[in-house]
Amino acid sequence: MTEHTGVEIRLDHVTKRYPGQEAPAVDDVSMTLPAGRITVFVGPSGCGKTTTMKMINRLIEPTSGTITMGGEDVLSMDPDKLRRRIGYAIQQAGLFPHLTVAQNIGVVPGLLGWDKSRVADRVREMLDLVGLDDDFAGRFPRSLSGGQQQRVGVARALAADPPVLLMDEPFGAVDPITRGNLQDELLNLQSELGKTIVFVTHDFDEAVKLGDRIAVLGPRSRVLQYDTPEAILANPADDTVAGFVGAGASLKQLTLLRVRDVEVDRDSAVTASAVDSVADLRTRMTGRGAQWALVLDRRNRPSRWVHARDLAAATSLAAVGKPVGDSVSLKSTLQDALEAILTEGGNAVVTGSRGEYLGTIGLETVTAVIARLRDEHAEVES
Amino acid sequence: MTAAVRAKASRADRLRLVGQPVAVLLLVGGVLLWAATRDLDSIEKVNLAPPKIVRDTWDHLVISVVVTALVVVVAVPLGIAVTRRWARWAAPIVLGVATVGQAAPSVGVLVLFFLWTEWEGLWAAVLPIALYSLLPVLRNTVVGIRGVDPALVEAGRGIGMSAGAVLRRIELPLAVPLILAGLRTSLVLAVGTATLAAFVNGGGLGLLIDTGYKLNRSTVLITGAVLAVGLALLVDWLGALAERSLGPKGLR
Ligand SMILES: Nc1ncnc2c1ncn2[C@@H]1O[C@H](COP(=O)(O)OP(=O)(O)OP(=O)(O)O)[C@@H](O)[C@H]1O
Ligand SMILES: [Mg+2]
Repeated sequence: MTEHTGVEIRLDHVTKRYPGQEAPAVDDVSMTLPAGRITVFVGPSGCGKTTTMKMINRLIEPTSGTITMGGEDVLSMDPDKLRRRIGYAIQQAGLFPHLTVAQNIGVVPGLLGWDKSRVADRVREMLDLVGLDDDFAGRFPRSLSGGQQQRVGVARALAADPPVLLMDEPFGAVDPITRGNLQDELLNLQSELGKTIVFVTHDFDEAVKLGDRIAVLGPRSRVLQYDTPEAILANPADDTVAGFVGAGASLKQLTLLRVRDVEVDRDSAVTASAVDSVADLRTRMTGRGAQWALVLDRRNRPSRWVHARDLAAATSLAAVGKPVGDSVSLKSTLQDALEAILTEGGNAVVTGSRGEYLGTIGLETVTAVIARLRDEHAEVES
Repeated sequence: MTAAVRAKASRADRLRLVGQPVAVLLLVGGVLLWAATRDLDSIEKVNLAPPKIVRDTWDHLVISVVVTALVVVVAVPLGIAVTRRWARWAAPIVLGVATVGQAAPSVGVLVLFFLWTEWEGLWAAVLPIALYSLLPVLRNTVVGIRGVDPALVEAGRGIGMSAGAVLRRIELPLAVPLILAGLRTSLVLAVGTATLAAFVNGGGLGLLIDTGYKLNRSTVLITGAVLAVGLALLVDWLGALAERSLGPKGLR
């Protein structure tokens, strides 16, 4: 990640009470959103995510409390000027249907008084940034697909290069594949731009994928847990959070656990060097009752799997068997390991940092981890 | 709307766009030809002399145009005002007054206004007719602005547009099609009602109708009536053209 252009946002005892409602929609929320990071607000519908977010750009005025952006008191700024420094992207993109794509993107630079040619340059730059051709500039939003509209929405939000970006379920209305692409693109953008992004969603998977930090919000926007995705997955603060993390938590956690975190089977496989004698290997395999053996090269790196059958006709170990396909390292995630196991159709080979053979990891190991995680969750929930 | 229905509608639209002015030409041309070829007595000759017809038609147009200008100048800002948050409470009152204004018989409004002010001439005709034709523009301005997706207004505010900028650049352009439709209705109403201007010495084609009726000269009566109808159709056609060309592009 490059140098952060984002600024820190701080909410301090912020409360919002809508007129005519007994209970506050947001009740005494305090939170610090780190500069240049993506903070995701996640929580059930109606819990106050949008209200909390809109208080940052003052589309909604807090009833009490203070909000600062890069140390400046947001509530004492002119709201229109404040909002020109905060990108804003919403569901369905909110593009103005009577303006072209270029005009939509150019709105905020125009408000900031940029001259025409600078705005035009910026529009082109933004289209490029979100992966759209120049041809899109003159088109009207109606003629764009949902995903393309969302991209334009993001481009519009970023056009004036604001340090802060607020995104309220921006990818909520597109199909899952497009959503995945948009998420990847956002992460790529962010690694270049380093904005402070506040992202609202009620999809926990989206939160895990995008968030540097996740704030799990409960009713009245109460902060149930505010931490990294890893920490929340591994250690939900309470039952409500655990429930929200959902049944897929163990699988999600496979992406957070590494091969080095589990026991690698150091001598499950019979190994041989390419120069060993065939007869010797056959004896050892019979002795261990093994069907398969792993042949290592001179530098101890795994090269081929040999089956007992292959050895009957073989005179040397140099060329028998099938090459090792997918292998994993200690740094690979358990998700990668699971995938390697499934593609190899048996144990996956684990290698060290120089590619040397360390051992194997089998399906039982991964299932054991899943079972353990599930038990831990069951304990929390009971 | 399905594509088929829309295609049919737009075909009907196009047909009207060409057919309407042709029909007006045939109608007006036919009547003028018919009147010119008849045996006319001196009264008819005076009233149907070309300069007189042209002047009456011109007066009629002037009344209609002034009424329309007045309607736009009053109804559009008023309609905008009552959609603002600070004046929302006034919307039912304003719309109510306009509705009553239109529901009252136009002759009644005209006569009452005359009795009250004792004015004569152009303004004595224009003001009551304007009150009578106010409603369509006023109502369509309100409906048009209220119909703008609130998410768009909020998006505008959210990216830093002032309330005025949102009105000017988002709400009004998106309401233009409805405002124009209202204007077209108002204009047609104004052209029709302008025939009554003759009662208060405002001139117009009403003079021909009035004279023809009082002096029992049906040629004069029919010519005046047909010209008024032709003018209304022509104005309606111009309105349709304006709606087609002035609406926001991205919505078509
Ligand atoms: N303008 C408003 N006036 C009154 N109450 C409101 C207003 N906006 C939101 N609320 C109420 O405040 C609460 C929080 O709403 P908010 O929109 O912040 O929830 P959310 O977490 O964004 O929900 P969702 O996931 O459905 O978007 C809800 O109970 C809602 O009914
Ligand atoms: Mg919301």
